[in-house]
Amino acid sequence: MSAPAYQVVGTRPIRHDGADKVTGRALYGADLELAGLLHGFVLRCPHAHARLRRIDTSKAEAFPGVKAVVTAADFPPSGDRMVDLGEGETPLSYIRGNVLASGKALYCGHAVAAVAAVNVHVAEEAAGLIEVDYEVLPHVTTALDAMREDAPLVHEELRTKEFGAPGSRPSNVAEHFRHEMGEVERGFAEAEVIVEREFHTSTVHQGYIEPHNATALWNNDGRVLIWCSTQGSFVVRDTTACILDLPVSQVKVTPLEIGGGFGGKIPVYLEPVAALLSKKSGRPVKIVMSRKDVFEGTGPTPGSFIRVKIGARRDGTITAAEAYLAYEAGAYPGAMVASGAMTVFAAYHLPNVRIDGFDVCVNKPSTAAYRAPGATNAAFATESVMDELAENLNVDPLDFRLKNAAREGARRADGVKYRRIGCVEVIEAMKNSEHYRSALNGPHRGRGVAIGYWFNVGLASSCTISVNEDGTVNLVEGSTDIGGTRTSVAMQAAEVLGIAAEDVHPVVADTDSVGYTAVTGGSRVTFATGWAAYEAAQDVVRQMRERAARLWDVDPDAVEAVRGQYRAGSHRATFRALAAQLNRTGGPVVGRATVNPKGAGGSFSGVICDVEVDPETGKTTILRFTSIQDAGKAIHPAYVEGQMQGGSVQGIGWALNEEYYMTAEGTMANASFLDYRIPTCYDLPMIETIIVEVPNPGHPFGVRGVGEANIVPPPAALANAIYRAAGVRMRRLPMNPAAVMEAIWAAAK
Amino acid sequence: MHGKYHVRTTINGEAVEFLCEPRQSLLECLRDILGLTGSKEGCNDGNCGACTVILDGRIVNSCLVLGAEADGADITTIEGVARGSRLHPVQRAFLEQAALQCGVCTPGLIVAAKALLEAEAQPSEERIRFWLANNLCRCTGYDKIVRAVQQAAHEMQEVNR
Ligand code: FES
Ligand code: FES
Repeated sequence: MSAPAYQVVGTRPIRHDGADKVTGRALYGADLELAGLLHGFVLRCPHAHARLRRIDTSKAEAFPGVKAVVTAADFPPSGDRMVDLGEGETPLSYIRGNVLASGKALYCGHAVAAVAAVNVHVAEEAAGLIEVDYEVLPHVTTALDAMREDAPLVHEELRTKEFGAPGSRPSNVAEHFRHEMGEVERGFAEAEVIVEREFHTSTVHQGYIEPHNATALWNNDGRVLIWCSTQGSFVVRDTTACILDLPVSQVKVTPLEIGGGFGGKIPVYLEPVAALLSKKSGRPVKIVMSRKDVFEGTGPTPGSFIRVKIGARRDGTITAAEAYLAYEAGAYPGAMVASGAMTVFAAYHLPNVRIDGFDVCVNKPSTAAYRAPGATNAAFATESVMDELAENLNVDPLDFRLKNAAREGARRADGVKYRRIGCVEVIEAMKNSEHYRSALNGPHRGRGVAIGYWFNVGLASSCTISVNEDGTVNLVEGSTDIGGTRTSVAMQAAEVLGIAAEDVHPVVADTDSVGYTAVTGGSRVTFATGWAAYEAAQDVVRQMRERAARLWDVDPDAVEAVRGQYRAGSHRATFRALAAQLNRTGGPVVGRATVNPKGAGGSFSGVICDVEVDPETGKTTILRFTSIQDAGKAIHPAYVEGQMQGGSVQGIGWALNEEYYMTAEGTMANASFLDYRIPTCYDLPMIETIIVEVPNPGHPFGVRGVGEANIVPPPAALANAIYRAAGVRMRRLPMNPAAVMEAIWAAAK
Repeated sequence: MHGKYHVRTTINGEAVEFLCEPRQSLLECLRDILGLTGSKEGCNDGNCGACTVILDGRIVNSCLVLGAEADGADITTIEGVARGSRLHPVQRAFLEQAALQCGVCTPGLIVAAKALLEAEAQPSEERIRFWLANNLCRCTGYDKIVRAVQQAAHEMQEVNR
């Protein structure tokens, strides 16, 4: 069967919000100005772990220009209960406690109070007058340290959930779970080659360029109005309502443009605080984080300790695999170790597997999602071990992966049985690439490969489409647009309607104006919101057929609609011609749809990279880098490439440079872009891309979602390349020049 | 309270006067006093370039310039890059090459790239990467940004020929 020919899907139109974004007109959260606006400043704990004995705000309140001061004591006494805000059940006390600390501050950067004043400088000065009596407590900042018997406790009341059952001893381990399949010991007994290694990865930040911000107005009618940069306006609404003990309908969230998120702008930090300050002051309050606040006070992705053991027969067949994953949750449970466990061996069809996962609290910021959260850590371990195994077996690393690659029908240890997936196709595309076939010559140079997986999600999305008289349509959706998704969503409607992408005017609406829509995350927007747009457009087509039927006096079923051409017998009309006659045929046409699709299709990706390692300095230079990914169907290929390139470079930063450098006091020593150095364009070559398209049977156009899998392979691919260039196996991230140099010296001894 | 400075500047070709506190940065003056919010704050300490403007012919991080220091200066911000309704070739190239995702780094990058192409008509890839190394972008991996600048350089040379 040949691929269906599309008119809009697969083309590269200019994005709808493009002009606003290249002229500086686009309104981001921090750009908002309102009459009477006050500016907020959040006071943060300077210690890694401290009891808050007393907070005295009187001097700050008396400071000229200050209009309100709040602490956790100002939250309504809603007690504790379990709430589900889209990421599973969480105690409300954790969510509220991370917004403003009460009792104890659990990390350096934990918010303890906030001030609203006539300008931000006054607010900051006044915050300096708040007297907090801290009792500094012993702290712990790594998973392995936190798992020791004598470790300081982050939460005294926490008990380990062990295989689903609550434990009795206090511990920093929130959960220990296991996935098991087959007979692991027998599998290893059958193996002729076994490699077992331990890996460490540092805490890293998403590093979006726009700091978090929120503006709130507690209006005189009791409604709370919020404007902010978020990945999920409904999550902000629901979380804020929960913390403030309001019905969700009393909170309206207007998402403004968002300057990057990568998972980090799903949690709520500022909105409830701004709302409380507004309630006290009677005026709108805007809070914008500093870069230091972003590093210290918002969720990075977990640092981790991982042990992976894989055994294979001489013919290259893997017989067993075992993984031990301990991820740092930060201050509150929820370390994304579940997704680490789901992805650690996801690329391979394995008979015998055991995976142990540990969710470990430490005195660092509560972690958040970061692009395929948990998967990059895990793949660094697995793909490094796979590389060593291939070397021991003396086979090509891609052939070794291909031989064991997961295919349709394969079952993962966590129970999921794959539908149609593109793992094999991605590895084959890597093998057949010009890059992989080309020779790499020269001293201190090496090539590495790795593959990775992210499962992607569906979740709820809503969309309405109204038809304009001039033959264009307005499309209203609820997914905040971080990377051009207005366009990839609009294109799917345009394809159905048979009109140009430019003739769809997409709008990301506030929570009063669109049906519930889950977060922009999990690579879901082009998949699920795109599907909602597809369904809403189908609804429009159905109504337009009725209008044509009325005009022509035929049965609606007799009207055919193909790519914007409507016909019945000898009657013909274009979509545009019918649109011009809406008033005569019954009035406005509005199509609508809500979806909650189940068929999210996982995406595999691969990396081939060539590096040169300077033997004098240990610095790794990337000579050539290719990212390969299964998009299912690339709706807008330029933005698919953009996701692949962006994820690749974040993976490169994670691999080579980025880390939370912690002091002995448990504070972050490098909370600025000067010292937490993300890649600049001078550090990089062009990032080549190969889009593989194995259509997802669970989507009308075959979309899989491309936002995440691309960050998974780069650290392992780089480690494998460094090994070939410098002869050292790097098992700790970041692999910065000092670390590589130390490894080279150690190997020379 | 401190007294305010009276600052006279030319911004995007127009004479502009404003009052600012001694501690206010040029970025703050542009955004909060003058409503020119196209320049963005990513770090406020000179390490991201989101606040890039052209000041007397040089690109600067406006968060590292005091408002008071801008007295007498000629400033171009992102709002002054397009000529009326006509986009600058760099702006057009950014759209055509899909060189932005979230777009928050884009104003600074466009201002920096415009200054580059005014200084050098045909910069090499290496030169473009070096010039733009002050401007962080976390979304794109820079590939399409570099291509957009190359395209704009090419188009501007065609026009000048
Ligand atoms: S805000 Fe000026 S350099 Fe970052
Ligand atoms: S496009 Fe988002 S930071 Fe550059």
